[in-house]
Amino acid sequence: MSVTPAELGETIRRKDIRSRWLLSAPAMLLIGAASAGPLLIVVLYSFLAPGSYGDVKWAFSTDGWFNVFLSRDIFDDTVSLADAHFSIFWRSVRIALATTALCLLLGFPTAYFIATRPQHSRSLWLFVITIPFWTNMLIRAFAIQEVIRTEGLVNTLLMKLGLVSAPIQMLFTDFAILLGMTYVHLPLMVLPLYASLEKLDFRLVEAAYDLYASRFNVLMKVIVPLVKPGLIAGSILVFIPALSSYVIPRVLGGGKNLMVGNLIELQFGQGRNWPLGAALSVTLVAIVLVALLFYVRNVGKTGGGAHG
Amino acid sequence: MHGIKKWFGNFQAVDDVSLEIRPNEFFTLLGPSGCGKTTLLRMIAGFELPSEGSIRLDGAEIASLLPNQRPVNTVFQNYALFPHLSVAENIGFGLKMLGQPKAKIAAAVAEMLKLVHLEGRGNDPVTQLSGGQQQRVALARALAPRPKVLLLDEPLSALDLKLRKSMQIELKRLQSETGITFVFVTHDQEEALTMSDRIAVMSHGTVRQVGEPWEIYDRPAERFVADFIGDTNFLDVDVVAIEGERARVRLASGAEIPATFPADIRPEGRVSIVIRPEHARAVAPSPAAPLAGTVHDVVYLGTDTHLHVRLADDKTFLVRQQNARSGPCGFAVGDSVGIELSDDVAQILRD
Repeated sequence: MSVTPAELGETIRRKDIRSRWLLSAPAMLLIGAASAGPLLIVVLYSFLAPGSYGDVKWAFSTDGWFNVFLSRDIFDDTVSLADAHFSIFWRSVRIALATTALCLLLGFPTAYFIATRPQHSRSLWLFVITIPFWTNMLIRAFAIQEVIRTEGLVNTLLMKLGLVSAPIQMLFTDFAILLGMTYVHLPLMVLPLYASLEKLDFRLVEAAYDLYASRFNVLMKVIVPLVKPGLIAGSILVFIPALSSYVIPRVLGGGKNLMVGNLIELQFGQGRNWPLGAALSVTLVAIVLVALLFYVRNVGKTGGGAHG
Repeated sequence: MHGIKKWFGNFQAVDDVSLEIRPNEFFTLLGPSGCGKTTLLRMIAGFELPSEGSIRLDGAEIASLLPNQRPVNTVFQNYALFPHLSVAENIGFGLKMLGQPKAKIAAAVAEMLKLVHLEGRGNDPVTQLSGGQQQRVALARALAPRPKVLLLDEPLSALDLKLRKSMQIELKRLQSETGITFVFVTHDQEEALTMSDRIAVMSHGTVRQVGEPWEIYDRPAERFVADFIGDTNFLDVDVVAIEGERARVRLASGAEIPATFPADIRPEGRVSIVIRPEHARAVAPSPAAPLAGTVHDVVYLGTDTHLHVRLADDKTFLVRQQNARSGPCGFAVGDSVGIELSDDVAQILRD
């Protein structure tokens, strides 16, 4: 009995694939159990009735979902769109988009700067970028609060210098949220952008200059298309956590400037409406998925996405 | 293109170079790596600024202009094609950046594709092309905006020998068809001799000699140039007399031969001369031969045989003997031979 080389190759190939599956199985199981499990519970809870003191009653109900989009007047039972929820979702998307844009605007020059440093000093700069990660986000949020509050660092300084006569209200505004969000998420934009820019062949930049491109055109026609994978990866990494942030809007936005994360927390806490909280969470996941789909299709179209 | 003179950098990458490159000329900067030839080219392109000196193009100073303000284009060593653009988009890039209308760009791209024999490949992604094809796209891209000067930075070094030979001919053809001044950088002396109208030999940031290929090869002014280009024999001789444009020099054997010398020196006393191996011939030992020695190596090369002959003063003298079909050249290791020289083959070197 003989085995042809082709058959032998096929056997080896199959064994190879099987061993890869086996090796990755533990991680896959963990990821599957840890992400799909809770998500399924959340989906399940969203179709149950709220318990009197939080938790849920084991009875099927669509009230949770009903309340996401619609609201029933407590006096005359008229049904109208849940304006408050829509405006909070819209606010969240807006702030997340603005955060992404700001991170891109600030992160690109930073990443470009690091990528054009000599090899040995790049790791130092990257190290500097990651320093904020050392401290808990909550503490950093309070630190920003300390800087921008009415009697804070900035206002004290401005008053002392005589630039303003009364302190500027910065804390508990959209500005404060945006500032905090950009500060917290900036490294998530810089790192993937740097990874792409570092691989960029700067002779292409020279070639573009040589061929009469202006600085703006070099950026738009050569650099940006070539670092698109990093741009997209960075945008995803910033947009998703920004959309669902909880700590920053809570600490810097005060009680009144809610984002989705705060709204959800409210349902599980004071609101004692777990099904509504669960339904809101699932809606948030759906928004993220739609955004991801949009990004992925965008990458596919340009043929980029080899890394990042 | 007239009159370049400049110094460069703290560490003198280019040290006081003056060159005049003529219109429609195929001019080559030749030298070993690190001699400053690429830096010089990058200053003409505008990627580096000269620390001192001026670069003039048709009488206008361009040394301080940005690369995108100079009517000068570069063919990069590794082509530097834009990987996200098609062949046609690469070639049309310069014209697009110059704000030319679409129809004009399309016509120019089609013309360029024809010029570099890539008709019908315009829509291909550049990443799918072979090395030789990428090279031709890089050429077309740099030629499309009709620059006054085309700079070529060792563009053939990544190609295999056969492709390199055909691209050498191709480049020469493109240069004469377009009438554009080519400034070509290479460390390959054969490439330089084959293609150039004139060559500047560079070493350690300075220009050692400028001349037509035959002058560089047969009238090297100094040891570096003679040594860098081709196989060379150096002999120490005494100047006996100067008769017009020739000096009479006495070899160690006592034989006297004529020698040419660089126009800017008047040789006297002990000097070095250079004799090319193909201008010498090994013969049976004879008192009439100006040089004599013992064969210590025989290297068969197909067209020729190289005989390494050890002279009386223990120096090695290389003789290139042309082969006939009748068999090996007839000399073996250990043979005593005389060396005859063709008429007027020696060149005196500057110290």
